[in-house]
Amino acid sequence: MTPNSLARRLIDRFQHGLPLCAEPYQAMAQALGCCEAQVLDCLQHLQVAGTLSRVGPVFEHTRAGASTLAALAVPEDRLHQVAARVSQYPEVNHNYAREHRYNLWFVLTGPNRAHLDNILQELEHDTGLMPLDLPMLTAYRIDLGFALETTP
Amino acid sequence: MNIALSEQQSLALRRLLETGLPLTSRPFQALAEQIEASEPQVLEQVQRWHEQGLFRRVGLVVNHRALGFAANAMLVLDVPDALVDEVGRRLGQAPGISLCYQRPRRLPQWQYNLFCMIHGRQRDRVEAQVQALLEQHLLDDLPHQLLFSTHLFKQCGGRFAAPVGARSDG
Repeated sequence: MTPNSLARRLIDRFQHGLPLCAEPYQAMAQALGCCEAQVLDCLQHLQVAGTLSRVGPVFEHTRAGASTLAALAVPEDRLHQVAARVSQYPEVNHNYAREHRYNLWFVLTGPNRAHLDNILQELEHDTGLMPLDLPMLTAYRIDLGFALETTP
Repeated sequence: MNIALSEQQSLALRRLLETGLPLTSRPFQALAEQIEASEPQVLEQVQRWHEQGLFRRVGLVVNHRALGFAANAMLVLDVPDALVDEVGRRLGQAPGISLCYQRPRRLPQWQYNLFCMIHGRQRDRVEAQVQALLEQHLLDDLPHQLLFSTHLFKQCGGRFAAPVGARSDG
């Protein structure tokens, strides 16, 4: 098995679940018919390359705390400055520029709603821009795994 | 039967889990050492959280941009309130949609109440896919917009656990 095909098989097989046991990488290796050192080596390479963000849980935000999707309509010449200000918060985990009058979109997570309200107020005060606050009301699909072969 | 972790140990463990498992042979042992607990205690707590639904999934968390999924688009629709659950369920099951959420309108600034994420490798193919999807579900008459991402400023896992005292992450 080449390193690349091992990476692909690891991602396809273990994005949605991995064995929660004392030696999970050993168990993954057994499932794929290779050895633990190869799995660890491959994961380390993927992480250094930026392909792998991490191994572990994705928290269910409705149970883990509060979260919201927020957006700002930022004058184009201030976009990078305001984006940097937003990204400073450890509570911000996704921060994207998008093509729209509301051109900066970010996800805020925190232990509770009051914590998020404080950050939104701080941002409004610091930037002079009024954030859109769009917390999830209903989830119809929450899958974040990617099928490598079938996505356009 | 292991002794349950203290509240402070649990919180510290959640914070460690948010940044991911160490890439070592015994990752839960490594986490246990950092919170002065035993490997079985940590493993049992993580399994319990998993059973309780604290995690959406446990696995490899990949960066879709690094995999070539550069065309990240957010489709937003203004769906009449009485129909939003049905439309949400249908779009949520459609191939290629990775997230589908109802969110509040904020009138007059923001009229859209249904949000879908579509990740693809090429912009024109994502556009065609969305158009086909809207036609197939007879939704192309509804007000909608497709917001492609143009720049990624930050992407990491959520940080839900409150900071432990005044301790810094360094």
